[in-house]
Formats: sequence, C-alpha cells, structure tokens
Amino acid sequence: MIYLELFFTFLMIGAFTFGGGYAMLPLIQEEVAAKGWVDAAALVDFVAVSESTPGPFAINMATYVGAEVGGVFGAVCATLGVVVPSIVVILIVAKCYDRFRQSKAVKGCMSGLKPAVVGLIGGAIVSVGATVFFPAGWAVSAFKELKFYLAAVICGVMMVLAFKKVHPIIIICISAVIGIVAGYLGLL
Amino acid sequence: MSSRLKQLWQIFAAFFRIGAFTFGGGLAMIPLIQKEAVEKHGWVSDDDILEIVAIAESTPGPIAINAATFVGYRAAGVLGSAFATFGTVLPSFVIILLISYVLRQFQQLPAVQYAFWGIRAGVLAMLIKSLYTMFKKSAKGWPAYVAMAAAFVLTAVLDVHILIVIIGCAVFGLVTATLAERRAGK
Repeated sequence: MIYLELFFTFLMIGAFTFGGGYAMLPLIQEEVAAKGWVDAAALVDFVAVSESTPGPFAINMATYVGAEVGGVFGAVCATLGVVVPSIVVILIVAKCYDRFRQSKAVKGCMSGLKPAVVGLIGGAIVSVGATVFFPAGWAVSAFKELKFYLAAVICGVMMVLAFKKVHPIIIICISAVIGIVAGYLGLL
Repeated sequence: MSSRLKQLWQIFAAFFRIGAFTFGGGLAMIPLIQKEAVEKHGWVSDDDILEIVAIAESTPGPIAINAATFVGYRAAGVLGSAFATFGTVLPSFVIILLISYVLRQFQQLPAVQYAFWGIRAGVLAMLIKSLYTMFKKSAKGWPAYVAMAAAFVLTAVLDVHILIVIIGCAVFGLVTATLAERRAGK
C-alpha cells in the first residue's frame, strides 16, 4: 500500500538524517528516485520551492513527495513519517539528558557522522549537477549545446551571489528570469 | 479555558509562528525559538537553547522538529511536545500542498519550464555554497577527512546505499575516537 510505503520510507529518512537543512537531500534522492516516485529534475525544482517557502526543508520535501505520490493523505503519511523518529528520540533524550550529553559513544559516532554528511551532500550535488548539465544522461554531445554553457554561466554567477550572501529567494528569482528570457529567445 | 489547555494553545501558536516565519529551516529557526520560548513565555532558559542546538545536531531528524519537541516537552510534557511539533509542521504542510497543486496545473507552460531550467542551475550554485560552508565548519584532522572522502566516493562513485555509509561512518567515528582517547590516556 502506497500510504504505508510513504510513511515507512520517510520514517527511515527521518531516522537516518543527522544535522539540518540539506543533510536530508542525499537520502531523499536515493529513496525517492529508486522508487520512481519523483524524477531527479522535479526534485531539484522542489529544492528551490522549499528554499522560497517558510518551514523546515525536511517537512517541505516530505509533504511535496507525499502529495505527488499519494495526494493529501500521502502528504500526511510522509510528513508524519519524517517527524516521528525526532519526537521519539528527543523525548527519550529529554529524560536522560545529562547521560546523553556525557556519552562518549554518542560523541564518537558523531565525530564520524558529521563529516560523512558533508561527503554525502557532495555526492548529492554531483547528481544535481548531472540534472543541470546532462539532462539527457552523460553524453559528449551535451558539450556541443549552447544551453550547457548557459547553465554553467548561470551557476557561476549565482555562486558569486551566494557567496556574497544574497538571499536564496533573490538568487532563485534571478535564475528564473534568465531561464525565461533564454527560453523565449530560443536558446534552450 | 483551563490553564492547561491555554498553555497547550500557546505552545501550538508560538510554534506555528516559528514554522510560518522561518525560511530554510534548521538553525535559522533558533533565534525565533529563543524569542518565543525564552523571552516571551519563559518555557526554557537561554542555556537550554544552547543545549537544544547541541542535542538537535547529534540526534536524527530535522533540527526544527527536534527543537520544537524538546521545548514543548520542557514546557508541558509529552502533550506539549506534540502541540509544538504540530504547530511547526502545519504552516509548511499547508503551503507546500497548495504549491504542489498549483505547480501541477502550470508545469506544462513553456514559461514555467524555462524558469525551472534556470532555477536548477541556481539551486546547484546554492548547494555548492552550502557545502563549502559545511566543510569550513566541519571538524579537522585525518579521521574527519577520511569519513568525508569515503562518504563521497562510496555514494557518488561506487553507488553504495547511503544507510550503509552512514552506519559505517558512525562506527568509524566511534573506533577512531576511542583509539585517540586511549592513546591520550597512556
């Protein structure tokens, strides 16, 4: 049943994501793409939507994937799934906080997990890069197309803006306008 | 209204505001939580907020939900944590449901497709920037770099399942931290 599958998939995603923000992206990519629920490009589009709407990234992504796959009730199941592990773990930790904080085992595991998350996000970026530059799959012919270079220019300029701490919503709007102009000029 | 119900309502309303006005989630939410939960209602102290950040970063799940659950629990027990979490989730949930519906109606329009083509390149740029920020903040030393490189190569190149990599890196961290401590103890 799709609703149970949504709930348990997002339960697992919630249980194995450490750290906030994009930390959840690699797991969502892996699970959602593997099940064929949402395609890779739509997922990237939704990262942009998530950046431009309020609320935690994780909740936004769960609600979106749930709604795409199973409508309103699907969204409820996915969101519930992603939230449950946090609630259970925090309620346990809140009760025995001092022991948790002093625990050498927790500290040790975290010393491996935190840098691993950086590596995982690096991996996620590679697949986002593939959807941007090689939407039709890895092929040499992609280098011959104008839009390959146009995407590279947009990405480069937006990176400069991002490092200058321009707000994500502004970056998304500028990218969208460039995309629309390029499209209507027949460049895509 | 009994004071218990009133408090649960206040918790829900406070976290609803927090959920509705934080963009990007995670740590962006902490200043708002501090304002609502410490300054306005006195459910927790400033020290608690620091603890919450530390805990949220070393437990699974979204930081926002971890923080909401923790504050709700401190303020009003298990029911409090349920109301806090529900309040945090509700604004996102409603907004995203509406947007995904609207997107489905308009995604075939050329203008929308062109816009998202550009946006994807912009998202890639923002992801790279946030990766750089995370890298700068991350721990230094060879065990950290090994875990980082292993996680990248195993998932991006060798296509190993992420769960295996996460569990493996946790064990690796535990072993290297224990060994380092023994060596320091000698």
